[in-house]
Amino acid sequence: MSFHLILFLAFGAVCVGGAVNLLAQRHPINSALSLITVMAALAGEYLLLGAEFVAAVQVIVYAGAIMVLFVFVIMLLNAGEEEGTKGSRVALLLGVPGMLTASVLMAWVVLQHSGTESVGIGALPGPPRNIAQLLFHDFLLPFEVTSVLILIAIMGAVVLASKPESTTGKVD
Amino acid sequence: MSVGAFILVSVIKSVIILFVLLTAVAYTVWLERKVVGHMQNRWGPTRVGPFGLLQPAADGIKFLFKEDLTPPHVYKPLFLAAPMMAVIFALTSISVIPFGNSITLFGYSTPLQITDVNIGLLMILGVTSLGVYGVALAGWSSNNKYSLLGGLRASAQMVSYEIALGLSLVGVLIQSGSFSLRDIVDAQGGTFLGFIPRWNIFHWQFIGFFIYLMAAYAETNRIPFDLPEAETELVAGYHTEYSAMKFAMFFMAEYANMITVACVATLLFFGGWHGPLFGPPLLQSLLPLLWFGIKIFGFLFLYIWVRGTLPRFRYDQLMSFGWKFLLPLAIANLMATAIVVAW
Repeated sequence: MSFHLILFLAFGAVCVGGAVNLLAQRHPINSALSLITVMAALAGEYLLLGAEFVAAVQVIVYAGAIMVLFVFVIMLLNAGEEEGTKGSRVALLLGVPGMLTASVLMAWVVLQHSGTESVGIGALPGPPRNIAQLLFHDFLLPFEVTSVLILIAIMGAVVLASKPESTTGKVD
Repeated sequence: MSVGAFILVSVIKSVIILFVLLTAVAYTVWLERKVVGHMQNRWGPTRVGPFGLLQPAADGIKFLFKEDLTPPHVYKPLFLAAPMMAVIFALTSISVIPFGNSITLFGYSTPLQITDVNIGLLMILGVTSLGVYGVALAGWSSNNKYSLLGGLRASAQMVSYEIALGLSLVGVLIQSGSFSLRDIVDAQGGTFLGFIPRWNIFHWQFIGFFIYLMAAYAETNRIPFDLPEAETELVAGYHTEYSAMKFAMFFMAEYANMITVACVATLLFFGGWHGPLFGPPLLQSLLPLLWFGIKIFGFLFLYIWVRGTLPRFRYDQLMSFGWKFLLPLAIANLMATAIVVAW
């Protein structure tokens, strides 16, 4: 077993452990920190597969920016510990086996029908130049359409968050 | 190079760079106290050693022997983890910074850098963006309203200014066509007209440099953007409840971040270790390190100078400056650079 494969499995174990901990923790800030661990471990996996640029972006965007906003909201609302209700035990008993079955089924379907062969360690297109070639040349139209979609989502968020026109300016 | 030799060389380099960095952190604190003192018509530290030069050692010993208080209402796991996170992320980013060309010792050729990755700049941005957690979690886990406000301000401020910071660097990236810090520095060798160095600041990126400088001051929570620890409003902000070495760790993280910012500014805009080379071969091999050191010293002095000069912003001024002035300016700078390069 090569050194890289051992590292890959270790990062994978951290990733799964973080994800399980995310569900098991009762306090939102601990769950958020577990999610950050998952993101960082995923970045490690990408790095080992050879996708350095994707790994760096994963850390900057997900672990560094999006999760900071999660933590910010948890801090701002001072969200307390999660409280169990009558339904939560039922949800636990039915939900865990159900989710396990669903994920196993999904993994099986993906493995059966995916046309691509498996990816080796360090085989992905890593350098930013190759990613840029893919994004801005080979898949330019889908890329631009996605960015317009994100722009629309941002504008929608601004409209929803801003105060209605009629109420502003009337307060003395 | 075999794996064993590689690990040995890496460990030696890490130890040397960590030692130099921590010494630099300690003496930046000394420099700050001394320079701000003189700016305010005081002497600064004078009692411990000549010119107060042993003051950092005295401070370090004091921090180690002070009582390490843990207030009763804090959330303990995160209260302990937060200063460690701050200091770890602050020290990690130095690992991709190159200090000079390769040197050959005992038959091994090795770059003056812990590791040369081709996404070096992105790695620095990623690690510094993780540095927010140290401050934010310290504020939250202290269970104190001043700390919480400090942590909230820090996370909002750092996320806001990170965008302008990142965009201000893209102009340099377009010009040099690489994320590798070594390539970026190599692209800045030579001169214009024989005497103006071909540094990026003289090569279209003048505005980019100032956007970077202002955003970096906000990222490191320094005056005039030190609202997360504004003592007139928040006692000491996110580190109000910390004492002894845990407090010192936040201090170390802040100064290590300042040094990283100075290194990145030097590498990206001021030509890294490039400078006039002369004299015998030994001097020629040492001069790049000297130039690099002088440039970093210049940036650290500027930090202190600004601290001695400017008052603190108001929070709404900080936010509108970042979003309504720096961000559009950075985008305009990026567009202009792209047009110039494409032309």
